[in-house]
Amino acid sequence: MMPRATSRRSFLRGASLGLAALSSFDGRSAFSAEGARLGFSNGDRPLVRYPGKRALIEQTVRPPQLETPFSVYDEGVLTPNDAFFVRYHLAGVPLSIDPEAFRLEVRGHVETPLSLSLAALKRDFDPIEIVAVNQCSGNSRGFVEPRVGGGQFGHGAMGNARWRGVSLKTLLEKAAPKPGALSVAFNGLDAPVAPETPDFVKALDLGHAGDGEVMLAYAMNGEDLPWLNGFPLRLVVPGCYGTYWVKHLNDIEVLDSDFSGFWMSSAYRIPDNDCVCVTPGAPKGATRPIKRLNVRSFVTRPAEDAKVAAHVAFEVRGIAFDGGHGIEAVLLSADDGANWTAARLGEDLGRYSFREWRTELSLRPGVHHLKSRAVNRAGQSQPLAPLWNHAGYMRHVVETVRIEAV
Amino acid sequence: MPRFRKTLILVATAASLAPALGAAETLTYSLPEETAALRAGPGQETAQSNCAVCHSVDYIERQPPKMGRGFWEGVVKKMIASYHAQIDEPDAAAIVDYLAATY
Repeated sequence: MMPRATSRRSFLRGASLGLAALSSFDGRSAFSAEGARLGFSNGDRPLVRYPGKRALIEQTVRPPQLETPFSVYDEGVLTPNDAFFVRYHLAGVPLSIDPEAFRLEVRGHVETPLSLSLAALKRDFDPIEIVAVNQCSGNSRGFVEPRVGGGQFGHGAMGNARWRGVSLKTLLEKAAPKPGALSVAFNGLDAPVAPETPDFVKALDLGHAGDGEVMLAYAMNGEDLPWLNGFPLRLVVPGCYGTYWVKHLNDIEVLDSDFSGFWMSSAYRIPDNDCVCVTPGAPKGATRPIKRLNVRSFVTRPAEDAKVAAHVAFEVRGIAFDGGHGIEAVLLSADDGANWTAARLGEDLGRYSFREWRTELSLRPGVHHLKSRAVNRAGQSQPLAPLWNHAGYMRHVVETVRIEAV
Repeated sequence: MPRFRKTLILVATAASLAPALGAAETLTYSLPEETAALRAGPGQETAQSNCAVCHSVDYIERQPPKMGRGFWEGVVKKMIASYHAQIDEPDAAAIVDYLAATY
């Protein structure tokens, strides 16, 4: 059955509190060489190494779903390619790709269908670059109460990378949608096991698809896309959930209708209201497709259950992001939400990127609860109490990190 | 990692010669072997033979504990109605019984 690894957290709970131990608490929570403990019931996971990836948290094997250990977000504002989370829907993962034979088709309701090689995409179109967060719709689902089914992720189904590729707008202009074109559907090389299972196809309105920011990325953080992150080409939809970021993208179809496939019309739906929430147990009610990221922030240091020296200033830092307005401020509370002070924001890598923040604290001895709360440039923020929906999508409550000053 | 990297390096080397040779190189990726197993209980084999057609059974092990019969009924129904899993009715009922009793 599941390997039962001794977690670092449980090990450290029993450790003596010497200075050496204090320093080793920093930046690593619930994480050992063998396993991770995600902080909810049935949240123990093994760590596994896939080709091209460092040790990541194993969620499922077929198809692969790998979560980024949370300590990675404290390493830097860009998530390294070998640590970037992996999430497939269908077990027909492409395992053999000829980059020279690979073609991207742009077809359907267009004047000029295109069939483009990777070489042509890199050679014939001006590259664009954008730093953007890719976050799974169900990131943090394991923390949702009452619990809901689906991938039981901690906070590690997100990542921030510098994407390089071709603007979809440029491609669409070349293909020239015919009058009446309404939407654009995206399909990749991955496929279902049973032919009856709906293939993973996603769609955007034509206007959104051609907004100049939606792009076809062939590089990530200056390298080819990792295989499991969509090599050799993936859709990047800045500000929108990862479900739209179709991997191994090889087929773009312009439609003269709204796309009605399963993965848009039945899956990835959220309550059609402002809070994206319902009372737990209530009927689902009207729904709409999930779309833009809401505002989130995380403390990345100190880590959960870390111990710090009392009455000694230490750095508190983390990340914040939203769906594209950009982060205006991050507030930190060290007293469980009674008082809030503004943190300093780090370098601005663009309105779709993680934004680093940091501040200093000095605490009296005892247990303390740190909370971070971000506000975006549209004035949107994070709720203090969690909101609930049936699928466990879009969690963005103010998260709490427990630490102890000794 | 080693296998993938090695393939890339080989291809990179070949690529510098490729224009003259006109050779295309296919890249491959290897996924690790599947080791997850279902918990023991009546219906385990029925669940294994049906569920594992499309996905590893760690999908089941990872779900929140003690979600109850209604939850597992919903899951099996979704697999049949939405994902068109080819599970006959007696098997579906046995799988629900097994999952509700075991997870």
